[in-house]
Amino acid sequence: MLDQVKGFSVTLRHLFRKPVTQEYPEYRRPVYPRFRGRHQLHRHENGLEKCVGCSLCAAACPADCIRVVPAENPVEGRVSAGERYARIYEINMARCIFCGYCELACPFDAITLGNDFELSEISRDALVYTKDMLLAKPERRTPSKSVELYDVPVQEMERVLGMYDVITATNPEGAPE
Amino acid sequence: MATTERPTKLWPTLEVLSPIPSELSPSTDNPDVLEINLGPNHPSTHGVLRLVAKLDGEIVVGLRNELGYVHTGIEKNLEQKTYWKGITYVPRMDYLSFFTGEVGYCMSVEKLLGLEVPRRAEYIRVIFQELTRLHSHLIFLGTGSVDLGGIALLFYCFRDRDHVLDLFEMVTGQRMHPRYCQVGGVAEDLPRGFEPEARKLVRYLRNKIGEYEGLIEKNPIWRERTVGVGVIPPDFAIKMALSGPNLRASGVDWDLRSANGGYGAYRELGYSPVLAENGDTFDRFWVRVQEMRSSLDLIEMCLDGLPSGPHIADDRKVVLPPRHELHTSMESLIHHFKIVTEGFRVPAGQVYVPIESARGEFGFYMVSDGGPKPWRVRLRPPSFVALESIAAVANGHYLADLIAILASLDPVMGDCDR
Ligand code: SF4
Ligand code: SF4
Repeated sequence: MLDQVKGFSVTLRHLFRKPVTQEYPEYRRPVYPRFRGRHQLHRHENGLEKCVGCSLCAAACPADCIRVVPAENPVEGRVSAGERYARIYEINMARCIFCGYCELACPFDAITLGNDFELSEISRDALVYTKDMLLAKPERRTPSKSVELYDVPVQEMERVLGMYDVITATNPEGAPE
Repeated sequence: MATTERPTKLWPTLEVLSPIPSELSPSTDNPDVLEINLGPNHPSTHGVLRLVAKLDGEIVVGLRNELGYVHTGIEKNLEQKTYWKGITYVPRMDYLSFFTGEVGYCMSVEKLLGLEVPRRAEYIRVIFQELTRLHSHLIFLGTGSVDLGGIALLFYCFRDRDHVLDLFEMVTGQRMHPRYCQVGGVAEDLPRGFEPEARKLVRYLRNKIGEYEGLIEKNPIWRERTVGVGVIPPDFAIKMALSGPNLRASGVDWDLRSANGGYGAYRELGYSPVLAENGDTFDRFWVRVQEMRSSLDLIEMCLDGLPSGPHIADDRKVVLPPRHELHTSMESLIHHFKIVTEGFRVPAGQVYVPIESARGEFGFYMVSDGGPKPWRVRLRPPSFVALESIAAVANGHYLADLIAILASLDPVMGDCDR
């Protein structure tokens, strides 16, 4: 009988610990800067789109979920900085596996994967993101952790700063966050 | 106690019939034998596995596996995709031990190409292979304990698993299926914050694993459910081609990380496998818990000895050029275009590369005809092989023990059906 009680000692000890639950909608855990979430198309500072409709991202996509239809830039009112622009640019988020190959493939840094992951919709059609949706800033931003710590490669840091200071000083023994 | 009365025998002759029967029929001509379905939507069958059990009272006297519910045609898909794109498919097979799939796939392509991987990349790969092993074993322990009726461990294990996944998110950008391993190395170098966080995790998990050990080793209820249940003798395990922790639980010293000198950075690290003796359900749980400890040791060794240098090979025909070169070098841009659109070509030939996933020997057999896509890919999933033995092992056990045995064999159906 005593054995049976002893078997539960670990469980009992857990009763007195602080819960690890995060109250999600109220508390939004920051993601790491390399996190790959919702896509975003970018513009140059002068307002022209970076995307030139080369379809390289569509060729790289393993899930075949990007559709690009390019067109010649009109003489009046250019859309993109290159010769052509993407007349139609669609990503089917229902198929996307968030591998980030489109980001890797794009030679003009026109598409990147952002931090937002709350993408659920009621209908499947709403998951086909058009160019306007991708160019617009997402409504609610997911916070991100320090880029310097979690994105810059170790060796680059060593090279640039000539040092490698340790960040263990903060909270060395505690549970990982 | 009741434990002593339980049948602990395999099917009577202990012979592996060839071909292995998919069904073991009852040896009794008892008219009361009842046929029941377990699954495919049964909470205690991991994933969508259907077991058709013949019961004599509460004793299992016949068992049939039905597989294929999550067949996704991954092998065929890989043959349709260039080598570079294929990397994103493989981790979706064994979704709990995802990174080992990526590494194995990349290693077989590298072997076909004869490509050298930088030492730093090998070490980073080992760190992440061990992290997936931790992830997989933690889930195994959590869900396995639910199958045995203890729910507390599930919550503890899932909590700790999330800490492991945090490291994946930090370095690779995705919590699961990271496509971090690339042909020739890894996609990105470790960020600056990785090492301290990883060391913190190692310390934290050492502590926790001690607790889990206590939960399963000292708990009399757990022992009663598992000790002496579903014994697999070593010779039988070898005949059934079991591998990984299931084999080592029977005391067979075979781990691809150490056998034949190991592969990748394991060659330099030196690893001695964890072995148990009895091959029962208890040992299969125990081996995995101990393996988590050795995984932590390996991660620490890698962090201590992490060599500096490039994280990916410098071969412009195969590896994507660094980003900053795209804006300055026309040649790099052309290579980039070629790799992305048509993929790199791989010399004709065939290779078999086995690696140690969390479940055992994960084999990649790849045939190339010289084109940018593999001509044939055949994967050897460890779960599929492990499931073949369940009919023989569970024969003569109680129905509740069948669930325990199934849990202890740790099949992942995505891996099995692929
Ligand atoms: S993240 Fe991957 S799957 Fe999604 S659109 Fe980009 S390339 Fe396609
Ligand atoms: S996003 Fe980039 S890769 Fe895709 S079409 Fe536009 S410029 Fe080309």
